[in-house]
Amino acid sequence: MPSPINTTLLIIGGGPGGYVAAIRAAQLGVPTVLVEGATPGGTCLNIGCIPSKALIHVAEQFHALQGYAGDSELGLRVQAPELDLARSVAWKDAIVKRLTGGVATLLKRHKVTVVQGWAHIVDGKTVDVSSDAVKGKAGAPQRIRCEHLLLATGSEPVALPFMPFGGKVISSTEALSPAALPDSLAIVGAGYIGLELGTVYRKLGVKVDVVEAQDRILPAYDADLTKPVEASLKALGVGLHLHTKVLGLSEDGKGIRIQPPKSEEHVLAADQVLVAVGRKPCSRGFGLSSLVLDMNGLAVRVDDRCRTSMKGVWAIGDLTGEPMLAHRAMAQGECVAEQVAGQTRRFMPQAIPAVCFTDPEVVTAGLSPEQAAKEGVDAIEGVFPLAANGRAMTLGSTDGFVRVVARRDNHLIVGWQAVGRGVSEFAAAFGQSIEMGARLEDVGHTIHAHPTQGEAIQEAALRALGEAIHI
Amino acid sequence: MGIHIIKMPDIGEGIAEVELAEWHVQVGDAVVEDQVLADVMTDKATVQVPSPVHGRVVALGGKAGDVMAVGTELIRLEVEGAGNEDTVAAAPASRAGVASGAAASAEPSADSAAAALAESAETVVKQTQVPARMAAPAASASPAPSGNGRGPQHSAFHTPARAEGQRPLASPAVRRRAWDLGITLQYVPGTGPAGRITHGDLDAWLARDRNETSHRTTASLYTAHSEETQVPVVGLRRKIAQKMQESKRHIPHFAYVEETDVTELESLRARLNALHGTERGKLTLLPFLVRALVLALRDFPQINARYDDEAGVVTRYGAVHLGIAAQTPSGLMVPVVHHAETLDLWSCASEISRLADAARQGKAARDELTGSTITITSLGPLGGIVSTPIINWPEVAIVGINRVVERPVFQGNQIVARKLMNLSSSFDHRVVDGMDAAEFIQCIRRYLECPALLFVE
Repeated sequence: MPSPINTTLLIIGGGPGGYVAAIRAAQLGVPTVLVEGATPGGTCLNIGCIPSKALIHVAEQFHALQGYAGDSELGLRVQAPELDLARSVAWKDAIVKRLTGGVATLLKRHKVTVVQGWAHIVDGKTVDVSSDAVKGKAGAPQRIRCEHLLLATGSEPVALPFMPFGGKVISSTEALSPAALPDSLAIVGAGYIGLELGTVYRKLGVKVDVVEAQDRILPAYDADLTKPVEASLKALGVGLHLHTKVLGLSEDGKGIRIQPPKSEEHVLAADQVLVAVGRKPCSRGFGLSSLVLDMNGLAVRVDDRCRTSMKGVWAIGDLTGEPMLAHRAMAQGECVAEQVAGQTRRFMPQAIPAVCFTDPEVVTAGLSPEQAAKEGVDAIEGVFPLAANGRAMTLGSTDGFVRVVARRDNHLIVGWQAVGRGVSEFAAAFGQSIEMGARLEDVGHTIHAHPTQGEAIQEAALRALGEAIHI
Repeated sequence: MGIHIIKMPDIGEGIAEVELAEWHVQVGDAVVEDQVLADVMTDKATVQVPSPVHGRVVALGGKAGDVMAVGTELIRLEVEGAGNEDTVAAAPASRAGVASGAAASAEPSADSAAAALAESAETVVKQTQVPARMAAPAASASPAPSGNGRGPQHSAFHTPARAEGQRPLASPAVRRRAWDLGITLQYVPGTGPAGRITHGDLDAWLARDRNETSHRTTASLYTAHSEETQVPVVGLRRKIAQKMQESKRHIPHFAYVEETDVTELESLRARLNALHGTERGKLTLLPFLVRALVLALRDFPQINARYDDEAGVVTRYGAVHLGIAAQTPSGLMVPVVHHAETLDLWSCASEISRLADAARQGKAARDELTGSTITITSLGPLGGIVSTPIINWPEVAIVGINRVVERPVFQGNQIVARKLMNLSSSFDHRVVDGMDAAEFIQCIRRYLECPALLFVE
């Protein structure tokens, strides 16, 4: 057995939570070891946020070009565009490689010891790392002893037990690296993952059907926000099967059996089936259960300092449950690193923005009107449609709106929602105004540059005050 | 069949060791999930450790009463499937049946929350009663950390600036600064828009304690002093602290106080000092008390003793090695008059003063500071009315004398002036009965009230 490594902070998992924690801890002079079995960057950089955004861009460009082929309003005319899928995927892979390489460089520059391999928890202060994924085949495991153990193992796609991954049933991971496009794709689950990828495939010319058990798409968002997305999906020709159960693969293997509401079960033909019913924390298979930590289902339970129920053992990111968002994991990672360095920190954000990169995009931060009502906040709201925004018109994307939710008594902003093309970037303004404790007047009386879509933010705040100009 | 090992859980912040209070199972018992396996105890709470699995007990990691480190093996269960000794394949395997059963009816849904729900049908280890500190993010309402020596007062003396459950409104920079300063924002009034706490509000809050002090003092002639001095407890002081703590921790003290009429003793002492004071030295009360003690101990050998409570043995001594509690510049010391039973009044007096001087000058030899079998304590004129002396562990008794006061006393039908002094004593009640102790003190009293007896063999 190689001689054990002793360190102060040991991080299991090199995703956005783990690598940020490692860099921050190293900046603060904490001896840090990071264990990662695959490429650094985790789901986000390798098989999640980044590659999906790259493919969305490809699909958007392709779709726009197709729109210009023939007769376009803009007065452009192009030959029918062609797709070189292999090259598109290679371009996406190059971005991923550049980013993961960047993370590796940052870790190295900050003198974080990166141990390649799969961790197995021996106890709350000891971890064995085997360099081979297949246990037993590898040489002797590397033992690492630490004062603080940070669990950042992330999450993985949930499989349907009656339709496990394999063959034509794929997860988002496979969907992000297609060797060839199927003629038809059935997507189980109309959450953001299913709809983002569905839109990509549809725009690239695949026949796409989305099956959702609930009665609307993006069930996590309020109905007003999802309407423009639904309209857009329909316009793209995506088949939406709401309130419909998936029963399994058809016997001939040519599709999936579905059960629509109030009608007969039938087979929905599909060359491939993308199961996107959610993600679950990776809390199994590396000895975590031996620590007997308090759990929330599969998620490790943490308090407002990201402490687990065992002293000196911390957990961040998707492993700790919803919301499973990279930027939450990063903030938690910093929070833990600073505490390990002796600082007093809490993970108590006012808002964690969430973005859905459908077409149009959906962005939220803080409370929706319904959530505010549920929390007993007497709230007012202001909605400003992008149809009344000059910049949105010049971008040819007037579907959507910006909505602000504020307390009636003191106009403190408690939430923002927006749907529209390119509104994901609003997350910065939304998050900042809520964290700073801005009131409607603060945003309404800040000069926003003209002509930008951001003016809709200002106008929404003004409208809540009854002072909107352009509507 | 596999082996499932359960380790001693971390049941509280900062606690590294836990006492195993009671086993609820034995080797060979079949246990079901959630069945309580053991009670474990810290100085704060007793917590039940439930079984996360079905299985059969193969081995126990300790016996009731053992103190075990957190994370050590508590119990070993034989379970269906692979167990967790080799965790890689274990957990999913034993649960596959449950998982598929629960998820088969699950409808496809986009949200991972729904997925987590389906998964939650799987059993996950539950730790009952443990997570006191996991309670709620309402932790901001709890007392502020006292990192700067100022913290706790805030919560104790200041009412919250906002309703319970209402989160303080502050920008990220203000929040971070508050954490660094150890200030709980819940208590800081916000003057910004919508009650937002600004950097200025933090400054005002920091200045608040200083201001409160200066408010009081502006109308006063006297300066307020708020400095704190930290005196490390080291050396002799630490020794004294340890000794006192040990004594109080080990010994159930029993205190007994009796009033003694020392009029005759005092007149004898005055006479002896007038007769021999110049050439033999002046006598204090102490040598008389020593003599009385020596004589009384002949009848009460159980009091001139040391109790080794670990071995369960009381050693009684023929010799009276008398500890004399003495104040020295560096603290309390107890020089020992060895073989006090061999000394007459003057040799006893000179030995006491020699030892006291040696102790004060730090010149006392090690022998002169150890080996006592019983101890006397006297604060002289500062003796007070009553004291409750701490026994010089592992001895079993200590006798103190209080101030001599002249008081009117009935004698027959007359009120006469008498000199009275209290004897304050403590005994180790484990080995000295109250009756014996009282009789012992009464015996000393008899000698002191009728000093002629001191010289009758």
